Amino acid sequence: MYDAVVGPFVQYGFMQRALLGSVVLSVSCAPVGVFLMLRRMSLTGDAMSHAILPGAALGFLLFGLDILPMTIGGLVVGLVVALGSGLVSRFTVQKEDASMAAFYLISLAVGVLLVSWRGSSVDLMHVLFGSVLALNDEAIGLIVSIAAVTFLAVGFCWRGLVAECLDPLFLRSVSRIGGPVHFLFLVLVVLNLVGGFQALGTLLSVGLMMLPAVAARFWSNDVRTLCLIAIAIAVVSSLGGLLLSYHASMPSGPHHHARRGRLHPVRIFWSKRRACERAPVAPP
Amino acid sequence: MSDICLEFKNLTLGYQGRAAVHHLSGTAERGVLTAIVGANGSGKSTLMKGIAGILMPISGTCEQHFGRLAYLPQQSELDRTFPARVVDLVSLGFWQDRGLLGRITRRDRAKLAACLDAVGLTGFEKRPLDSLSGGQMQRALFARTMLQNADLILLDEPFNAVDERTVGDLLCLIKEWAAEGRTVLCVLHDHALVREHFRQTLLIARKLVAWGSTSEVLTSENLRRARNFHEAWDETAGWCEDERSNSSSVARQDDEPKQRVAAHV
Repeated sequence: MYDAVVGPFVQYGFMQRALLGSVVLSVSCAPVGVFLMLRRMSLTGDAMSHAILPGAALGFLLFGLDILPMTIGGLVVGLVVALGSGLVSRFTVQKEDASMAAFYLISLAVGVLLVSWRGSSVDLMHVLFGSVLALNDEAIGLIVSIAAVTFLAVGFCWRGLVAECLDPLFLRSVSRIGGPVHFLFLVLVVLNLVGGFQALGTLLSVGLMMLPAVAARFWSNDVRTLCLIAIAIAVVSSLGGLLLSYHASMPSGPHHHARRGRLHPVRIFWSKRRACERAPVAPP
Repeated sequence: MSDICLEFKNLTLGYQGRAAVHHLSGTAERGVLTAIVGANGSGKSTLMKGIAGILMPISGTCEQHFGRLAYLPQQSELDRTFPARVVDLVSLGFWQDRGLLGRITRRDRAKLAACLDAVGLTGFEKRPLDSLSGGQMQRALFARTMLQNADLILLDEPFNAVDERTVGDLLCLIKEWAAEGRTVLCVLHDHALVREHFRQTLLIARKLVAWGSTSEVLTSENLRRARNFHEAWDETAGWCEDERSNSSSVARQDDEPKQRVAAHV
């Protein structure tokens, strides 16, 4: 048991890095995912994860497989798409999801074009699916700083985030902070996706965000608890995914997701049962 | 003039350049309970948003002579499935005092408990929002409005999907607020309720039909005119200037309520 669970992390440096990276990413991504879900923007994360592809690809084309330019590229393009679609929805009749769909599809098309123009399919696979077992110091540093920024931003803006989700019109009547909080939140989404893409790839980094959040929703009826449960689920399934991929020598990015997905039906069943056991309280 | 709380001057409000409330003029006195009455789509909620500063005027002004505003949007604007507790919703009422980062003190918590007490939700702090009935939710929202300690209170259809007992309790609260010198504007559909409890009424049909004491405003003649305005407007879809120049009778009727308001002030 010790050999199977703890051994790999003690013996191998790359496993320690992967562990550190996954755990920090989990702690950072899960709360962002919870708010995405609560704002009915679950698929926005998905759209954004596609949208950052051309930025990453451009960085890759110009500077090779180097984390910094790819990250900055992804960040810039992701922010352009997020802010662009936000602005279009604010100032035109277009709904935010529609304008985001348009922006991200264009972005994805450009991204695939760029990658296939001057790269082999191996490179494409790397950009799309990442490699958590090959995290270097730079990547770890990036992930840790993004987590720190996310933690601070969510902490400081907590009240605004909750108010903006719960009763946006009320918030607009007492404060002008709603718009800035919304944009800051989109920035956090992009940051976390970019942080995740070294480890999990552009397409799959959104999984670490959404799956734990969606799973946690079955368990709790309070935002704070939801965030904590989502973090716990994310950490545990990242750990499980790493170990499984180590032992089965399979790609670890997709594995994380397969694990989380497999647990999903079980969770639905359990929480249904819990809901039945907890008899609804009759309002007085 | 110190007893004037709100002063509309030729106020036109709307969305994306299309007007929904046209050329509204008049004043609201301090400490008076005013009902805002009109058909669906007559611009009641738009007017509320305009006063709350959520919507910028297309033209004209809304001069505000009050300290603090509390706005209670329609319940449908709220995400009732959001996983939060009653205390999270109600404590939003501290926003004007505490802002984004200010700590909610023990004294604040006591105040919150007292407000929950006043709306009949004693001990509901920890209850999840999705377990509340429509009436309990509205009571919680009234508690939040009380916490805001505002001089002008805007209530947008507060009695939608609320049972009779709750309406009675909430009406008592609204009357207390007015007695404390707060100005209350309340969007309502139930004319019987308005006649019984509201001293002043503003009848709107995309433009002001009448504004004054309830008995003078809610006449069958005014209600008929409101209906006619509303239908006439649907045909010309928005541009008030044409309407005003085309139909002199409308312009004449427009002056009438102004005189009535003036007489009342």
